[in-house]
Amino acid sequence: MPRVKVYVTLKPTLLDAQGRVVQNALHNLGYRDVEQVRIGKYIEMDVAAGPDLERSVNEMCERLLANPVIENYRFEVEP
Amino acid sequence: MKFGVIRFPGSNCDQDAFYTIRDVLGQPVEYVWHEDVSVKGYDCLVLPGGFSYGDYLRTGAIARFSPVMEAVRAHAEKGRFVLGICNGFQILCEAHLLPGALVRNRGLKFVCRQVHLRVENAGTPWTCKAREGQVLRMPLAHGEGCYVAEPEVLEELNRERRALFRYCDAWGQVTDEANPNGSLENIAGIANRGFNVLGMMPHPERASEKVLGSADGRILFESIVRTLQAV
Repeated sequence: MPRVKVYVTLKPTLLDAQGRVVQNALHNLGYRDVEQVRIGKYIEMDVAAGPDLERSVNEMCERLLANPVIENYRFEVEP
Repeated sequence: MKFGVIRFPGSNCDQDAFYTIRDVLGQPVEYVWHEDVSVKGYDCLVLPGGFSYGDYLRTGAIARFSPVMEAVRAHAEKGRFVLGICNGFQILCEAHLLPGALVRNRGLKFVCRQVHLRVENAGTPWTCKAREGQVLRMPLAHGEGCYVAEPEVLEELNRERRALFRYCDAWGQVTDEANPNGSLENIAGIANRGFNVLGMMPHPERASEKVLGSADGRILFESIVRTLQAV
């Protein structure tokens, strides 16, 4: 069964408060070359194969998995 | 006149809203279950605060697909009244009944305290008993209340005076220090184009009696009651 991997990230125009805190923590650990941290979501789904798979996953992202007002998404399908 | 308070799995301010409407305002009110497919007979629906579906995925993202939400949408499209408080506001944004979105508070903390709000537009069904510029005090309790919207949306909200409440200090000054969560332009509550749908992060239902620390939230409920009586 194909495995679908969806990556959801906050739009670059939005401040990622969580990412900022993690970046500061990394700086405190001495990793001062970290210039930006953005935290997103990773969703894995097993979806029955079909000719409409990509279109269907796209729709899932638009309707539920991501909020297009604040987030971008992309996905990969592993056969 | 009849109010309906919608209960989603994880709603936890439903009883406060119910109490305010029935006991403080003396108006008829019933609970509406999230699986109900009809909201016939209700003049004003309240989507209460809480953590519907455990805030999984995003706040309000799952509740927005509850069976009752189709009926809420139809109700709103007919120009009938819908009030979303806190999680209810998040659900209304996810359902696209209100523009923009609510994201993690700037500072990441769950903020739970009294705040001051300035009434920005007193000519609406929700604020007709308030004065323009009046400062209301009520509590707020959320982790994801930072209002964001595209610049065009923000411009439209300002032009149409749909940002009904902004976070301010006790003297009504809208300052960055008075902004508890990083919301754009201190926005605490917005209405849709027809002003029949209102979403706000602070809790007017928890500020309906002096013994609770403030009775300022009553102004909002009394406004909608006056509006409904005039219909």
